[in-house]
Amino acid sequence: MKKKLISAAVLMAAMTGAATAGTLETVKERGAVQCGVTSGVPGFSVPDDKGNWKGLDVDLCRAVAAAVFGDSTKVKFIPLNAKERFTALVSGEIDVLSRVTTWTQTRDTQLGVNFAGVNYYDGQGFLVKKDLGLKSVKELDGATVCVQSGTTTELNMADYFRANGITYTPVVFDTNDQAAQAFDSGRCDSFTTDLSQAAGLRTRMQDPSSVGALPEVISKEPLGPVVRQGDDTWFNIVKWTHNAMLNAEELGVTSANIDKMKSESTDPNVKRLIGLDGPKGKGLDLADDWAYQIVKQVGNYGEAYERNVGKDSPLGLDRGLNALWNQGGLQYAPPMR
Amino acid sequence: MSSDMSSSGHKPDGSAKEKAPPVSQPKFWNDPKKRSLLFQVLLLSVLGFVFYTIIDNTLTNLEQRGITTGFDFLTREAGFGIAMSLIDYTEASSYGMTFIVGLLNTILIAVMGIIAATILGFILGVARLSDNWLVAKFSALYIEIFRNIPLLLQIFFWYYAVLRTLPQPRQSIEFLGSFINNRGFIFPAPVPEEGFGLVTVGFFAAIAASWLIARWAKKRQELTGQQFPVALTTIGLVIGVPLVLFLFSGMPLGLDHPELKGFNFKGGITVIPELIALWLALSIYTAAFIAETVRAGILAVSHGQTEAATALGMSKAKTLRLIVIPQALRVVIPPLTSQYLNLTKNSSLATAIGYPDLVNVFAGTTLNQTGQAIEVISMTMAVYLALSLMTSFFMNWYNARIQLSER
Repeated sequence: MKKKLISAAVLMAAMTGAATAGTLETVKERGAVQCGVTSGVPGFSVPDDKGNWKGLDVDLCRAVAAAVFGDSTKVKFIPLNAKERFTALVSGEIDVLSRVTTWTQTRDTQLGVNFAGVNYYDGQGFLVKKDLGLKSVKELDGATVCVQSGTTTELNMADYFRANGITYTPVVFDTNDQAAQAFDSGRCDSFTTDLSQAAGLRTRMQDPSSVGALPEVISKEPLGPVVRQGDDTWFNIVKWTHNAMLNAEELGVTSANIDKMKSESTDPNVKRLIGLDGPKGKGLDLADDWAYQIVKQVGNYGEAYERNVGKDSPLGLDRGLNALWNQGGLQYAPPMR
Repeated sequence: MSSDMSSSGHKPDGSAKEKAPPVSQPKFWNDPKKRSLLFQVLLLSVLGFVFYTIIDNTLTNLEQRGITTGFDFLTREAGFGIAMSLIDYTEASSYGMTFIVGLLNTILIAVMGIIAATILGFILGVARLSDNWLVAKFSALYIEIFRNIPLLLQIFFWYYAVLRTLPQPRQSIEFLGSFINNRGFIFPAPVPEEGFGLVTVGFFAAIAASWLIARWAKKRQELTGQQFPVALTTIGLVIGVPLVLFLFSGMPLGLDHPELKGFNFKGGITVIPELIALWLALSIYTAAFIAETVRAGILAVSHGQTEAATALGMSKAKTLRLIVIPQALRVVIPPLTSQYLNLTKNSSLATAIGYPDLVNVFAGTTLNQTGQAIEVISMTMAVYLALSLMTSFFMNWYNARIQLSER
């Protein structure tokens, strides 16, 4: 039902030709960033028992709010399923889509949206029950696989099985949670999704220790925030929010030491990050201390990673591809100057 | 408005030249016929302009935002699998094929649901009027329970509470070579061998013969009053003839038995649990409404009719079949049509449990992979509109046929 409403909303938005005002003005007027998230993927966006949203994707939205308002709490989170997400963004229902969304050519070029960076380098894998004794995805011939609809996951699986001549039956659900539950209750032999999400959803299963991932990683899944096409100011803000978090980690600036750094540091890079020098907030239409607010209130990328998906979280994922470039990973931000 | 002004300006001149017409012509705006015509033309042009603006604006805005439009995507390769398809479908098929697969699955569930709901609904409707206290109360209880619980919850109940708790494939419940487990209901598939064509021919010949016999019997009854056991003959012919042919030609039908191989059963026919759950929920829910419709129809037949039939010495079953039901149908058919339409449209709730119907496959995965919301949603809406119109067309035709034809 909701899906239809949103489609209708797209139609309406397309019809009336509204949204001529820039996203930044709209957001400022509203007093909050509207951020599209998942309806519950541990580690990325999930509400805790008090109803506060937590996760790596959530932190990116909080960082955008910190940059725009100097207050990371001025965010409204809107849970969306995979099918609704782009429509919700294009129709103006949300300002940023930060919902474990894979950057692909079709999405970037044909949907009227832009990807503002990669906040998690992921890959697709398969979960199976350990008692089956499987060693490889290639042994899944004839298996039933649970998967979320409207995702690149569905296509990657089809491509991989086709290329390897494996027959399978997909059982397709609206949300990843439903697909994981169906796998847990035995409807499917395997459950496929991005490995980071699999790690999160596994913690919710009846007996997480009886479930394991097969070794193959069958795809590249660069996940990142998405904005509407055609509003470069807003695009830049979201892009540089992520870059600021990365640069802060690289410079060793954390939420704990940023005040000390602000008064004591003589490193010109740190000074530019904090907004004492350099381009400040001018080109972004933001306050000069925008990056300071992000790091002060939300933390740098490393802090967000460890607290949500890394070693301080139930998921316990290694940094892997998501380590900084100078530590063997792929996370690399252009310099702030 | 301006043309209106000028014509009114001309009129007095014209009438002055013709020198007092015999009947005084009312002013243009005082003639109710012309006035209503004017307003209708005005309304139509405003509506036309509104629609033109909507379409034009939509296209312009879509282009501005860099969103691809058009129906080219239908020929592109879909690249995703579908759990259940009535036709040959692989990942290499086109997006257009996903539309057909989804459409057929929607039609399948609608037809299955309509048949089951009608049978169940008629039985319950008649049962609710039964003299037997237990039967009547059971029927009333059923109707009140299932009519008052939201359909989506019922679908979830059948899917999660009933079918999910079935055993794993390895511990399947087995009977008569069929298996039931949480992957569905798997039964042997019949494989026709050489000579089976004869049985098929016999079956259709028997149907044709039954039809001829029914016609002959009706004519004879009208002429002589003698009755002929048409129903029994039909059953005997339709079952008997193919059976005899089948036995004599050496039983030319093999069975493809399902076998547990690897993860799942291979061979046989698998009915996926999503289909079973949706079918049960739709049939049971709609049957409750149909039962009430049937009850209303039967109650609408005046009691005098039944009394007259009893006075003529007709049995209870005959009274029901020949007197009550034909008259009740006239009342039942129009609301029954809306129940059928409801069932068809409700089948789109399939997407909640992953049954691959049109909404799930086409307005779901295909929409999301291509991003062409407007095209996909309008195609989907057109399908439901067409299905509904066809159903109501057929039902209206049937309704017209059974209406009282006065001679």
